[in-house]
Amino acid sequence: MNKTLNQKAWWLVLPVLILVAFNAFIPLMTVVNYSVQETFGNNKFFWEGLRWYEDVLASERFHASFIRQLYFTATILLIEVPLGIAVALSMPRSGPWVSVCLVLMALPLLIPWNVVGAMWNIYALPDIGLLGYTLNSLGFDYNFTQQPVAAWITTVAMDVWHWTSLVVLLSYAGLCSIPEAYYQAARIDGASKWAIFRYVQLPKMKHVLTIAILLRFMDSFMIYTEPFVLTGGGPGNTTTFLSIDLVKIALGQFDLGPAGAMSIIYFMVVLLICWVFYTIMMRNED
Amino acid sequence: MIANRRWILPTLYILFLMLPIYSLVSMSFKTTNEILGGFSLFPKNFTLENYVTIFTDPTWYIGYINSLIYVLLNTAISITVALPAAYAFSRYRFMGDKHLFFWLLTNRMAPAAVFALPFFQLYSAVGLFDTHLAVALAHCLFNIPLMVWILEGFMSGVPKELDETAFLDGYSFWRFFIRIFIPTIAAGIGVAMFFSFMYSWVELLLAKTLTSVDAKPIAAIMTRTASTSGYELGLLAAAGSLTLIPGTFVIYFVRHHIAKGFAMGRV
Repeated sequence: MNKTLNQKAWWLVLPVLILVAFNAFIPLMTVVNYSVQETFGNNKFFWEGLRWYEDVLASERFHASFIRQLYFTATILLIEVPLGIAVALSMPRSGPWVSVCLVLMALPLLIPWNVVGAMWNIYALPDIGLLGYTLNSLGFDYNFTQQPVAAWITTVAMDVWHWTSLVVLLSYAGLCSIPEAYYQAARIDGASKWAIFRYVQLPKMKHVLTIAILLRFMDSFMIYTEPFVLTGGGPGNTTTFLSIDLVKIALGQFDLGPAGAMSIIYFMVVLLICWVFYTIMMRNED
Repeated sequence: MIANRRWILPTLYILFLMLPIYSLVSMSFKTTNEILGGFSLFPKNFTLENYVTIFTDPTWYIGYINSLIYVLLNTAISITVALPAAYAFSRYRFMGDKHLFFWLLTNRMAPAAVFALPFFQLYSAVGLFDTHLAVALAHCLFNIPLMVWILEGFMSGVPKELDETAFLDGYSFWRFFIRIFIPTIAAGIGVAMFFSFMYSWVELLLAKTLTSVDAKPIAAIMTRTASTSGYELGLLAAAGSLTLIPGTFVIYFVRHHIAKGFAMGRV
């Protein structure tokens, strides 16, 4: 759409600007402030320059949780995106079952995150939970509170359970926007199912899929509450993702300097990756 | 018929989604002793005791009221400021508009864990700590950008001729906006409010950090109870089951809008 040049439009944006700036600038400046100073309590701060940044970037602990985070995000994206597309493709397009499917599938999205964690914790407990009990009865030695691999798989399963529906909903919306005539044309050309998917459905879903991937990337990269309640980051550090580690440093040990520096680096990484996504997305649109 | 087998995948998927929820709800009808006694698929001694406790003890049920208050407050604030802003982004070019739009989105990307402590200090400093307003305002950080993003998509789908005709007919800007434009994009507003409700209702870290007594959300009350009075699993399961209800209502009411809305808008 060709837009009119109108500087007065600023007035319409101003309330949003004020509200978000209040929430974003002041706390961000506080974090920046922490990240360049050392404190020994009593509200006394000493200038430290970039020392904390160097410390964090060199620290083994940060590298470990960063890599863990990358693995986790990559894993859940690789499972959730194909699964979500597959479910969306096989969902009915019309009829009474559409509402039933949509309501049931959206349900996990609306459960408070700590309840999701608690629910999966109980569900997976080996002695009293449905999943844990069943797995153990089937002869699997499964105990996510002690086995790192089991803890990792349980966390991934929880995230897939929690968020695949977002991909389904968005892909489904993309599919619904394809006019019936496209399919008829493809049928006349004798297109195979794969060809229809590749040349009719996928291009139409491209935009919503980018949004789905972007949202899933951001949210999984910031994941905190669910794994914290499920495993507390353990056993050991197996499921200590970036946010959990950050809160441990900031509020557990009260090391505000390193925590501040880590926050800024963390934020920058998310920002950079999203900026790349966003630029690609916008270029495709033009 | 090949098409007949299509129901298998969605059915299996829904089954996978429902199992943990079933196990939580079934647990909420058991006593804690029965839960700890070992696994059973159905409650042996069906009890409503857990629910009775929650509905009669103010320290429990006030949590639901608190959560609902700040979620609704947040949705109201977000939609009020996001609507005109989204309109501006979809209809006008102005200085710095693209940068501003991306900057807004970056706030959606800020990890809540990064902001928890500064938020606590900020809201204590302005005297809003432990009020519903504090949580509602804090949640604006990620809900307003998302809403502007979604609404802008919907608005760009409405032809500009609609605005021009209305202005030619002598409508003032605000009268046009409220009487004509908002009803036109009702589906989009439904979708935006759904997402805003969803993200505010499920968020815990900021809500917990910004409250202590008066505005404590139900989710935080659950964690407190878990640590002080031992591990009352039955009670926790009941409290958790109850948190499903508002979400179910919201999805039920917007289910048509979601399918239609997504298809219409850019999201």
